[in-house]
Order: sequence, then structure tokens, then C-alpha cells
Amino acid sequence: MNVQSPPEALKPNDYASDQEVRWCPGCGDYAIVKAVQKALANMGADPKNTVFVSGIGCAARFPYYMATYGFHTIHGRAPAVATGVKLANPGLDVWVIGGDGDMLSIGGNHTLHVLRRNIDVQVLLFNNEIYGLTKGQYSPTSKVGTRSPSTPAGSVDSPVSACVFALGCNARFVARSVDTNLKVLPGLMQEAKENTGASFVEILQNCIVYNDGVYSSFTDKANIADGQVVCEHGKPLLYGKDKEKGLRMTPGKMELEVVTIGENGVTEADILLHDETNRPLALMLASMQPPNFPVAMGVIFRDPGLSYDAAVYEQIAEVTEKSPAIPINELMHKGKTWTVV
Amino acid sequence: MATQLKETDENGREILDSVVIRFAGDSGDGMQLTGTQFTQSTALMGNDLSTFPDFPAEIRAPVGTTYGVSAFQINFASHAIKTPGDAPDVLVAMNPAALKVHLKDLVPGGTLILNLGAFTGRNIEKAGYKESPLENDTLDSYRVIEIDISKMTLAAVDHIDVTQKEALRAKNLWTLGLMCWMYDRDRQPTIDWLNQRFGKLPLIAEANIAALNAGHAFGETAELPSEISTYVVPKAKVEPGIYRAVTGVETTCWGLLTGAQKAGLNIFFGSYPITPASPLLHSLSNLKAHGVVTFQAEDEISAVCSALGASFAGSLGITSSSGPGVALKSEALGLAVVTELPLIIVNFQRAGPSTGLPTKTEQSDLYQAVFGRNGDTPMPVIAASTASDCYDCAIEAVRLATKYMTPVMYLNEGFLANAAEPWKLPDTDDVEPFPVKFASETEGFHPYLRDEKTLARNWAIPGTEGLEHRIGGIEKDYDSGNISYDSDNHHKMTKVRAQKILGIADDIPEQEVVSGNNSGKMVVVGWGSTFGAIEQATRRCQEDGLDVSHIHIRYIWPLARNLGELLKGFDKILVPEMNNGQLVTLLRSEYLVPAESLAQITGQPFKVGDLEREIRSRMED
Ligand SMILES: Cc1ncc(C[n+]2csc(CCOP(=O)(O)OP(=O)(O)O)c2C)c(N)n1
Ligand code: SF4
Ligand SMILES: [Mg+2]
Repeated sequence: MNVQSPPEALKPNDYASDQEVRWCPGCGDYAIVKAVQKALANMGADPKNTVFVSGIGCAARFPYYMATYGFHTIHGRAPAVATGVKLANPGLDVWVIGGDGDMLSIGGNHTLHVLRRNIDVQVLLFNNEIYGLTKGQYSPTSKVGTRSPSTPAGSVDSPVSACVFALGCNARFVARSVDTNLKVLPGLMQEAKENTGASFVEILQNCIVYNDGVYSSFTDKANIADGQVVCEHGKPLLYGKDKEKGLRMTPGKMELEVVTIGENGVTEADILLHDETNRPLALMLASMQPPNFPVAMGVIFRDPGLSYDAAVYEQIAEVTEKSPAIPINELMHKGKTWTVV
Repeated sequence: MATQLKETDENGREILDSVVIRFAGDSGDGMQLTGTQFTQSTALMGNDLSTFPDFPAEIRAPVGTTYGVSAFQINFASHAIKTPGDAPDVLVAMNPAALKVHLKDLVPGGTLILNLGAFTGRNIEKAGYKESPLENDTLDSYRVIEIDISKMTLAAVDHIDVTQKEALRAKNLWTLGLMCWMYDRDRQPTIDWLNQRFGKLPLIAEANIAALNAGHAFGETAELPSEISTYVVPKAKVEPGIYRAVTGVETTCWGLLTGAQKAGLNIFFGSYPITPASPLLHSLSNLKAHGVVTFQAEDEISAVCSALGASFAGSLGITSSSGPGVALKSEALGLAVVTELPLIIVNFQRAGPSTGLPTKTEQSDLYQAVFGRNGDTPMPVIAASTASDCYDCAIEAVRLATKYMTPVMYLNEGFLANAAEPWKLPDTDDVEPFPVKFASETEGFHPYLRDEKTLARNWAIPGTEGLEHRIGGIEKDYDSGNISYDSDNHHKMTKVRAQKILGIADDIPEQEVVSGNNSGKMVVVGWGSTFGAIEQATRRCQEDGLDVSHIHIRYIWPLARNLGELLKGFDKILVPEMNNGQLVTLLRSEYLVPAESLAQITGQPFKVGDLEREIRSRMED
């Protein structure tokens, strides 16, 4: 008798391919791949139905290290390729991986459209504020003044915020985290996956070779408490070692300010509660920058809606019900024909 | 008129062998619609026919200008014809600008029908005439029928509650009615079409039908100049079967669908609108129930990338565009070549470079198709010759793409996309199925395992247990399918990719001559839509005893395996193309033969007469 034993639950390592990882030692990408593997294990993801699609860059090497289906495409185009994968087989779980150059520079247009269409994929943007693979030129997310081989005197153009961009594209799930935050990252991936529609996750990633420490002012252990605020729906936007600081709307103004509980008569009741369905609030939170503000982490915005792929197949079903397929021979005979004997 | 029999039928209609009519007017005058409806009736009458719509790029060019003129030419006959005709026997000019642009093409003694109502001083001036062409000798050598069509139309729809503007819009149908009377065409198909088209606007339908009938009645009752008679063009003798009038877009659409069904795949079509390729997106979008997913992408790059992603996932990815859009796709085509996924790129060529002449036809993307990518990036290229052939080529593109796991460039042309011809409806059962077998065997699997004979790699799609794998643009190891930076391996893989495509030559028909001998003094070699014109021109020369043959190439890459030998049997090789000499270069480089170019880059199809003259003169060189 052929008794099938139930498949054993896969462990994070089972999602790792046999390929040697080729990132620089100490690169933040290592932590991210671990976090994703952990998330997949936690969710019990089926490798055969999981597809990672990436563009080009250090980040985009990602699919090679996963024991799932993977497509390493061309620079900037991963969202477009992923769109085709998902539309061809909506049953697949599709992840899009790319760097800040990949997704916001050469491929910015596709990122815009995958988000606004709300295609049911997870878009993970590894933001290291630099072009890693091409040896360290500044990127569209680099701060003004970034010195790089192509900007030896410092960059002069102002950067784009990945999350603000995503919100402007009408993304319905926008989150942010840090590469090394292994406590939070797998859970966030899971939330992204569980959201139907396009889920955008910006992962602040340290490029140890070309941009080491860009985020240390708020990601170094000592700086986390005062440098980051974690957004949780319905909870007050508090941060600081003793949760003594918080965000509130400046009275009479459409703007956020940092306040300290107990100072100037501020109480916890004054602190803004996070509403993840409020896009204007999300835009303000996503825009916050150090040193005057903490950096917003977690699910900044979530307001699920019908995904494009679901809508496409709903429409196909409707149309098919109204006028089902007929043989092509009949199709070609529809319309004005004449017979020659 | 081609060959006039000067006979009459029992109704006193003069019997014509063939006739070429050109409708010309302002782009707002509805000339394309008039031509299309006249074509439909003509097809239903059983004539063979060929059409040439020629319209400006501007949607609404300023009224009355020469560059706003839109024209539609139809050639119909009681025998087989292959081109829309060199020069019109009848020109319908709805305004002075149309006359100005098209009069030079009208055959001497040809019939000219003018809408007098549009010959106002202002319009005459706008058309660039110094004085009215009606009042000097400009029209002396033609048979001119002057009718105030505008006024007649207004009178005809007077009793219907439509605005003056709407009433005047019906003047193209009045004209159509008159032409239906003159050439004995049935008005019913047009009436049916109007009722359907304006189902929600019954008054508009009524006005148009009234105008159509009035134009017809005018012919029956009016005192037209005595030399204007009515004509009949008897049915063409064609193979028995069921026919319909089709354009190359329609047949391409059905061919792709037929091919996909024969392969057992669903179509994913990613496209971005561009003239003259958009109609294929429109047509396929109507086939949702047939397992066709269409996706209007944000740009050409996304269009091809989504199609490639769909192929990766197990659909038949197809994308379509015109030259500028295909240029944008080229990086992704390289990815398709290196990942060895099936993909079809339909290029409806138009006049380039850059934006060029978007609504004019050309064959100038052959280099782009065969060579236009970075790296050694070969892919099969096939080119359709007629609207009917578009169907077969589409099926063939699907067959090659799936059997050889390769992108296939399918060259179409703006001319084929828009031109209509009668088509004997095929039976899809006559096409041998070529079902795709996805990989399922896990033992020894890797993504670049190849079929020994075709060299195609196996196609394992996501969702298949145990075949999880990664592909991408980085070179892959021949033996494992993993990334490889090894130089010898790259050499080997490049050779294998090239060999796989060249091997297709053993899977396609040997090259035959269309007409003439298999060797001799001269062969005229063509490809694409020039087929009909070249065929007619060479036949005329042959009938005159000249030793000239015609070869038509459908497989641009790889070329037929016997083509080189065949060409070497001729003293002279003449290659007419609607470009500055592209196939000719390919033939010279492949076979080291002294092929000569005959280039025409006017955005217009070749005229049979011009070709014939050129063949004769080059034979004498
Ligand atoms: C069409 C094209 N242009 C340029 C490149 C070169 N290129 C490769 S990756 C890259 C930028 C990578 O930066 P990013 O996307 O931020 O990824 P990272 O390496 O930082 O992870 C560039 C410019 C390319 N591969 N293809
Ligand atoms: S260059 Fe930077 S981003 Fe790329 S692998 Fe090295 S550390 Fe990571
Ligand atoms: Mg980067």
C-alpha cells in the first residue's frame, strides 16, 4: 500500500536554494533573505506555487537564493513581468524584488502601475540609497549631498521617498521596515502576503560597501527608540525609550509635531491614534525624516480593495456567461459571408 | 479601365472586367466608412477585390486642407486580382483638396465625380488652387460629373429631425448610394450595418439610410451626361466555399487564436496602443470567452515583459506594436531569447524612422527584426504577404514559438492590417494540432534540458511540484541551468541558441518559385505585402516572353535551406522592397549573390506598372 505521509512542515532553510549567495559579506540583503524564508515557513508557503520576480541590481539577485520558482529579469521591469505571471496564473503567490534604482529610477513607471492597478503581488523594495551593483553611484533615494563616483562633489537633486511615492500611486498597502529587524520583518512579510492587492514594503537596507551607515542615526541599537515610531492601527503613535514621546496634529494646522508627554500639559490623550486607512495621515507619516522626526515603521497604510487580477477574471467570467466561447470556425463565420458554389 | 469588353448585360449595363474606384474627401467626410461599406457590398457580389485605405495621421486635420485628405481605393474584378490597382478609373472627390491631391492619379479619360457643394471660393483657395479647376482646362481630359452632393443630401433628409450638421454628415452615404447604382451594388448590407451601428440613435440611422437611397435614386432618374453609363462587374470565378471580406488584423487575430488552441494554450496579449497595431489589441479584447487575457500595459516595455512573464507562467505570451514600440521592446526580446521562452511579437510596420509616417505603410523593420538586438540574439522572423496569409503566418508563429521555445518576430504591415480582401474561410480542423507538453519529470530535471532534435529547452511552469527553478538574463550553464560566468560555456550556449534557430530551416518548406522557371535570366525576389504587385508585374513580363521568375520569401529568418542554390541559378536578382534595401542586403550577405535593390520608400504600395517597367529596363542592362 502506498500510504502518503502528511508533508512535513517546511523550515526556513527548506526555502533556500543550493546556490552560493554572492552578496558582499555583511550586506543587509542576507538578513532580508532570511526574513523572507522565515516568513514563508511561518505561512507554510508552497514552494511550487511561489514565484520571485526581480529586476537587476544586488537586491535583484534574490530569486536565485530561493528554492521556489524565480525569474531574474531586466533592469526595472520586474513589476511588469510579475504582472504577466500573476495574470496568467492568479493562483500563484508572486513576489517582486528590486532595489531603489531598479524600482524608482529605471523602473519607476512600472512600480507606479503595478501599485495603482493593485495587482495581487508583494513588492519588496530594498532601499540602500545607492546603486550597489554598478559600484556605488547615487540613486533617486540618495540624500542631497551624497558623494559618489558620479557625484564627487555631492548630489544636488532631491530624493524621492519610496513610501510617499507608493502612497501617491494609490498603493493600498504600504509598509516600512529595516533589514536587520528580524523580529518584525517576517511578520510584516506575512501581512503583506495576506493583503489582497499590491503590497508595497520598503526595506531600509544597509550597503556595507558603498553606503555604510546611511540609516545608523535611527537604526543603530542606541538610536532605535528615539529614531523610529512603529505604526499600529488604532494605537497611539508613541515612541522613545519609555514611550514618552509621541506625534500629534499641530492644533489648527495640517501638520504633525513631536510632543513629549508631561511637557506643556501634553497627556497620552493628545497623541494621535494611527489610522491605517487614512491616506493623508499615511502621507504625513511616510514623509517624516530624521533628525526632527522619527522614521515611521510598520504598516503605514492599509485599505484593501479588489485586485486587478481578480477584476480581470471576474469580467472574463461575466462576459463568458453572457456569450460563451464558440468554435473558431463559427467565430469566423459570424458576420457577412457569401457562398461560392 | 483594365480590359473593357464593351458588352452590355440584359439591363443595358456595360460589362467591365475590373474597375478601380477611389473615394477621396476630407478626413471628416467619412471616406473610410464609404469605402468599407462599398467593399462589403462588392465582396457579397462575389467579385475578387483588394483595397487600400490611405488616411492622414491627424485625427481631425483642419477642414479643407490637402493634408487632411483621406482616401480609400478599391479594385474589384471578375477575375483574380492581387493589388488595389495602380490608378483609379473613377475618382470621387468630395472637396477641392481631395481633387488637388488625387487628380494626378486618375487615368486619362477616367470618371470624376465632384461634390460641387464643397467647391466654394474658400475651399478652392485652401486646396491651393489659384483659380477654380472647374472653370479652366484642368478637368478637360476626364469625364466629369458635377453634383451638389451637400445640397442633395440636405434635401434627402429634410423630413428627418436631425441637425443640419448631422444631415450633412450623411453626404458620404449619398455618394455611396450613387456608386451603388452605378456599379450595381446591393445597398442592403449597408442599411443593415447602419441600423446596427446607430441602433441607439434611430434618427441618425434613418437620415443616413435616406441619403443612401437618395443617392441611388438620383442615379436612376437624373439626366447624367450620356457617356456616363451604368456598369456591372460579373462575379469572379473562384474556388467554391464560404467567403468573407477580411483585413489582415482580423485574420491575424483568428490565426493567433487558432494557433493557441492547436498548442493547447491560453493567450496572454500585452500591448500598448500605436498606429497601425492597435486594432489587434481591440480585436483580441473581444475574445475573453476564448481564454484570451488582454492587458493594455503602461508602455511597450511593460507590454512585452508582461507577455514574457505570462509565458513563464505557462500562457502563450503575445505582444504587438509598430517599429518604434518594437524598438522599446528589444531589451526584453533579448531576455526572451536567453530564457528561451515562447513569445510572439507582431510588428505592424509603418514608415520610419522614429515616428516617421505613422499611417503610411513600409517594410523597413526587417533589419530590426533580424538583427536589432544587443548580443548574439537570433530569433525566427516570418512575414505575411496578404490578409489571408496573415492567418497562416500567425499559426506558424505559434507553432515555431512553442516547438522551439523561442520568441518569434511576425512581420506584418500597415497596408495588410487595413486593406481588405475576400477570404475563403478556412476550416481549423485542417490545421494539425501541435500540443505543448510542459515538463513534469523531476528526475534529472533542470531548466535547460534540451530536446535532442529541436534543441528546445523543456518548459516547466510554476505550479509544478519538484521543478522549482530560477531563470533569468544571466548566462546559464549548459549542463545545469544555473548561472554561469564561464567563458567556454557562454561560447557554447551562444552557438546552441543560434543552431536551434537555424535548425528551423529543416522544419519549414523549401523555397519555391511563385511563377516562372527555377533558373534563368532574372528572378524578382520579394517579401511581405508586395507579393501581389510583383506577381502581376512578373506575369505580364512572362506573358510577353521575358525570362523572369518570381520568388516570394515568407521565412525571413532562418531562410529556406535551398534558397541560396535557387538564387544562384539566375543571372540577375532584383529585390523590390518598400524600404531602402534590407532583404537585398541579407541575401547578399548570406549567399554572396549580386542581388540588386529596387527601393520605393514613398509610404505607398508598389504599382504594377512601375514594377513592370523596372523589370524590363533592368533586364536590358
Ligand atoms: C538597461 C540597463 N541599464 C543599466 C544597467 C546597469 N545597472 C545594473 S543594476 C543598476 C542599479 C542598481 O541599483 P539598485 O536598483 O538600487 O540595486 P542595488 O544594487 O543597490 O541593490 C544599474 C544602473 C542595467 N543592468 N541595465
Ligand atoms: S554592493 Fe552593497 S548592496 Fe551590493 S551586495 Fe555589496 S553590500 Fe550588498
Ligand atoms: Mg540600491
